[in-house]
Amino acid sequence: MTMQVTMTVNGEEVSREIEPRLLLVHFLRDEIGLTGTHWGCDTSNCGVCVVLLDGVPAKSCTVLAAMAGGHEIQTVEGMAQGGTLHPVQEGFFQEHGLQCGFCTPAMMLTAQALLEVNPDPSTTEIREAIYGTACRCTGYENIVRAIRWAAEHPALEEVTA
Amino acid sequence: MQTPAPFEYERATSVDNALALLERHGPEARVVAGGHSLLPMMKLRLAGPEVLIDINDLADLDYIRVDGDDIAIGAMTRHAALLSSPVLAEHYPIFRDAERVIADPVVRNRGTFGGSVCQADPSEDLSAVTSALGATMVIRSTEGVRTVSAREFHTGPYETVVGPAEILVEIRVPIRPACGSAYEKVDRRAGDWAVAAGGCFLTLDTGGTVTDVGIGLTAVGAPHFCAPEAEAALRGHPISDEAIVAAAAKAAAATNPATDQRGPADYKRHLAGELTKRALRRALVRARGEGA
Repeated sequence: MTMQVTMTVNGEEVSREIEPRLLLVHFLRDEIGLTGTHWGCDTSNCGVCVVLLDGVPAKSCTVLAAMAGGHEIQTVEGMAQGGTLHPVQEGFFQEHGLQCGFCTPAMMLTAQALLEVNPDPSTTEIREAIYGTACRCTGYENIVRAIRWAAEHPALEEVTA
Repeated sequence: MQTPAPFEYERATSVDNALALLERHGPEARVVAGGHSLLPMMKLRLAGPEVLIDINDLADLDYIRVDGDDIAIGAMTRHAALLSSPVLAEHYPIFRDAERVIADPVVRNRGTFGGSVCQADPSEDLSAVTSALGATMVIRSTEGVRTVSAREFHTGPYETVVGPAEILVEIRVPIRPACGSAYEKVDRRAGDWAVAAGGCFLTLDTGGTVTDVGIGLTAVGAPHFCAPEAEAALRGHPISDEAIVAAAAKAAAATNPATDQRGPADYKRHLAGELTKRALRRALVRARGEGA
């Protein structure tokens, strides 16, 4: 049996006929074609599947697409605006915040959500915020630096100036 | 790929609607809140409900408030809200201690108080917290409301007294003056389930006699997640470190841990005593208003 689900993904309303058991991570990747959301452990441990659900980080391998119906989802594809990188993305570029890139979308979305509620986090606060996502390369030092960089450069004008 | 077996999905619009859906679909229907315990179990085929009733829209079950002599907490309150609540930080820092070490911040954004205690995983932290605090569990059905003591709520691993057509709607904790509380946990890595954990509250009179005390234990096979003999050893007696050490030994004796991948039984029993001791010491400091 299938059902109709409608949600907003990166500001755009999307609607699909799905099985109720479809997980949000697979809805985004396979139904919508947004493969920036990665699919890792499938057990809500590793956190590479983090998306923002109504602005709050959530592990999309442990949310049914049906549960996201009527809600706003943001994925990594929704971070850059008009071809301009989000300060967090720029920070990951400037501070070499990624190696293999597998955890990067989740790390960046978690950082975006953190900076929205806490624009000037300490490195301890950053480490606490991101500990729901595992970096397989163990590149945490640079990830923390990248997020600090974003906190120090909230306006993109400062980057390009 | 881990995908649950097929099921039917319903989204409840109110508690009454959720109860009506439960009655309509019968015992093979399950309520889902955050889903961070139930969905993984469904992926592993350890749970296979035919109908899932999503109660995430029930915002009226998401609150932490002082209600008369109690703190009332809605069953849909997320872990993140329990962690950051000023009301709980003031009256029961045991919640903050426990929540800081429950899973990780992203999981805490979704998982709920009601979901955690109803899942009734023996390693779940809030069952011991409610047991230590002598909380009252408020359960609703179409017949009305009934209340159950936290110490009568769990009937076994993954089992509670909540019937197939019932929903836990609220957890109530009595506010106690001159109270200190704390929770201490050992896990193998950040965010893991407890190897063992102990939590407690205690209240003192002006002379330093323990007027009331509750001790909760996680993941060590303590019946109803509590240690009544350890409590009895403290209640009505002057507090001292010797008394705490003796009570902690009684708490360890109340456990019946299983050897598993998290550790051998002897080690867990040792931890139960040690963590009870640490929790009581910290609760004492807090009861005296000497520290956080």
